[in-house]
Amino acid sequence: MKRAALRDRRKRAPAPRRIKPAPLDVARCEQFLMHEARLLDDGRFDEWLALFTEDAWYWIPIEPEQKNPFDTVSLIYDDRRLLETRVRRLASPRIYSQEPRSRTSRIVGNVTLEEAPPDRTACTVRSKFMVLESRRDSQRLFGGTALHRLVQLDGNLRIAWKRVDLLNCNAPLDGILVPL
Amino acid sequence: MGVNEAELAQLIEPGRVHRRLYTDAAIFDLEMARIFGTAWIYVGHESQVKNPGDYFCTRIGRKPVIMVRGADGKVRVIHNQCAHRGAMVVALEQGNAPEFQCCYHGWTYHLDGRLKAVPLQHGYPREFDAADPKTSMRQVPRVESYRGFVFASEAPDGPDLAAALGYMATSLDDMVERAPDGEIEIAGGVFKHTYDGNWKLYFENLCDAAHPLFTHRSSIEAAQQQSDAAYSDGTGEIALRQMRQNGAPYSFWESQVGIWTYPNGHSFLGDYHDDSKLVAAMNDPVFRDYIAALEAKKGKARADEVLAVRRWNSIIYPNLSFMSGFQQLRVVHPIAVDRTVVHAYTFRLKGAPDRMFRNTVSFANTVNGTGSLVLTDDLEIYNRIGIGLSSEGTEWLQVGRGFTSDVPDAHGGRRGKNSTSEVYIRNMLDAWLAYMTNGRAARAAA
Repeated sequence: MKRAALRDRRKRAPAPRRIKPAPLDVARCEQFLMHEARLLDDGRFDEWLALFTEDAWYWIPIEPEQKNPFDTVSLIYDDRRLLETRVRRLASPRIYSQEPRSRTSRIVGNVTLEEAPPDRTACTVRSKFMVLESRRDSQRLFGGTALHRLVQLDGNLRIAWKRVDLLNCNAPLDGILVPL
Repeated sequence: MGVNEAELAQLIEPGRVHRRLYTDAAIFDLEMARIFGTAWIYVGHESQVKNPGDYFCTRIGRKPVIMVRGADGKVRVIHNQCAHRGAMVVALEQGNAPEFQCCYHGWTYHLDGRLKAVPLQHGYPREFDAADPKTSMRQVPRVESYRGFVFASEAPDGPDLAAALGYMATSLDDMVERAPDGEIEIAGGVFKHTYDGNWKLYFENLCDAAHPLFTHRSSIEAAQQQSDAAYSDGTGEIALRQMRQNGAPYSFWESQVGIWTYPNGHSFLGDYHDDSKLVAAMNDPVFRDYIAALEAKKGKARADEVLAVRRWNSIIYPNLSFMSGFQQLRVVHPIAVDRTVVHAYTFRLKGAPDRMFRNTVSFANTVNGTGSLVLTDDLEIYNRIGIGLSSEGTEWLQVGRGFTSDVPDAHGGRRGKNSTSEVYIRNMLDAWLAYMTNGRAARAAA
């Protein structure tokens, strides 16, 4: 039934304008990363989730140079379904580990474009980040390297996957609540 | 501030415990000497030191030690300290070495800790004897392995490991018996969590069947509301199933699960899972190959027996906890009276399909992950108890749930009438008092 409804909607809606994706450059990718950082700092997690594609994954490895999230545990490894649940929980008034809420302040920099197809309509973006997190009486500092696979859908940049390599990924840590 | 034995006995009463057990640094120091300095402490698993020269660094209480397999194949535990000026000798968490060498003055040791060579030996006094045990990296006097799980005791004499484990050895058996090839190995990395609270709080939460519905409600609700139409590569599916299981109603915990306790502080909570993708015995397609492998190796009757064992958390007091049915193991490291670090490992069942281990990893991320949607709320509880105890409002903490209804167990222990009994906390406190007073004081009988 769902599929039929979708088909009907497609019939009625005007055909989307075909936008030929423009080649990506550092400036646009950097702007996007800054926008993402701002959404997270502002606690706009629903909007952050909307940046991801429908089959995206989000990964914070627990080992430096970890090969995959399947043979080794991860600080966080969310497929799309779990990422949705994570974001929904962050909005819960009963998330005791976010009472009080963390506040974060992030800096993104050293942005470079790595792997990309010849027309550069998508690419893997490498950046450095620092995140200050304040909660209750303490402040934590996270830092490391992020990889974003950026693709374009209907002219908008979206995240197909994001890997966050935390510098102290293998050190003892208290819980990580706000996404990095 | 010192603590005497008479005082210690007064800190534990029927159904309640004094807050000093969690806040008093002098009591913590005494615990390091009398509990972690005498009891059988889990050190590591033999699969972490497969070959001669393989070593794994950990701690017994606060003391850094090395578990190492010697050239003779024997696993020993030695203090990670040079006999010369006291420096830590082995700096990496694990590796392989033909010998140990201190980076300060080059004192070099055999893998069993005996001194092998000292540069500039002519400069030491005439009495200096390289064969004197005082010049060794000191061995922990007793080391025993039970089916690959290595324990060490700083007490030169005392009950052997089998006696100390008693009936709880059956939980370790459950861990191993589930492997079709009869062997398990630590694999898949390690989580390290930390919180600002006492080490005992961690164990007191593990078999607590009354907390999930409350503490974990944010993840239970978020999981219940999650559409399964969203894409999953299998990871999220396992996580969501586990979070939904945490929403089992109180009536279920009260009637179906069970909690069992045994001498020396050990206990296990019955399993509460009824999800066929999480419980091997329920014969989901992912588990079918596994069950077939198990039956092929052990025979159908034995395989059925193995899979019929249903335990959730097991606690081997004072520093080990594991989930035998889910291949998870945690080691608790007390750092200070108000600071604890927990290391959480996953196990691979030899002979089981790879897909099962992948699910084990997803499960670990969910129940033991630093960024888990579940564990983060447990860490918050430990931190809040740490803060709350600094209040002098409540002098005595209540551990009386089920106190009047606990019943004897067929294997020499006590079990709760239902799984929400705090009998496992009282049982740990009894062991605590026995260790702390060298068996001279016991809690007043009810």
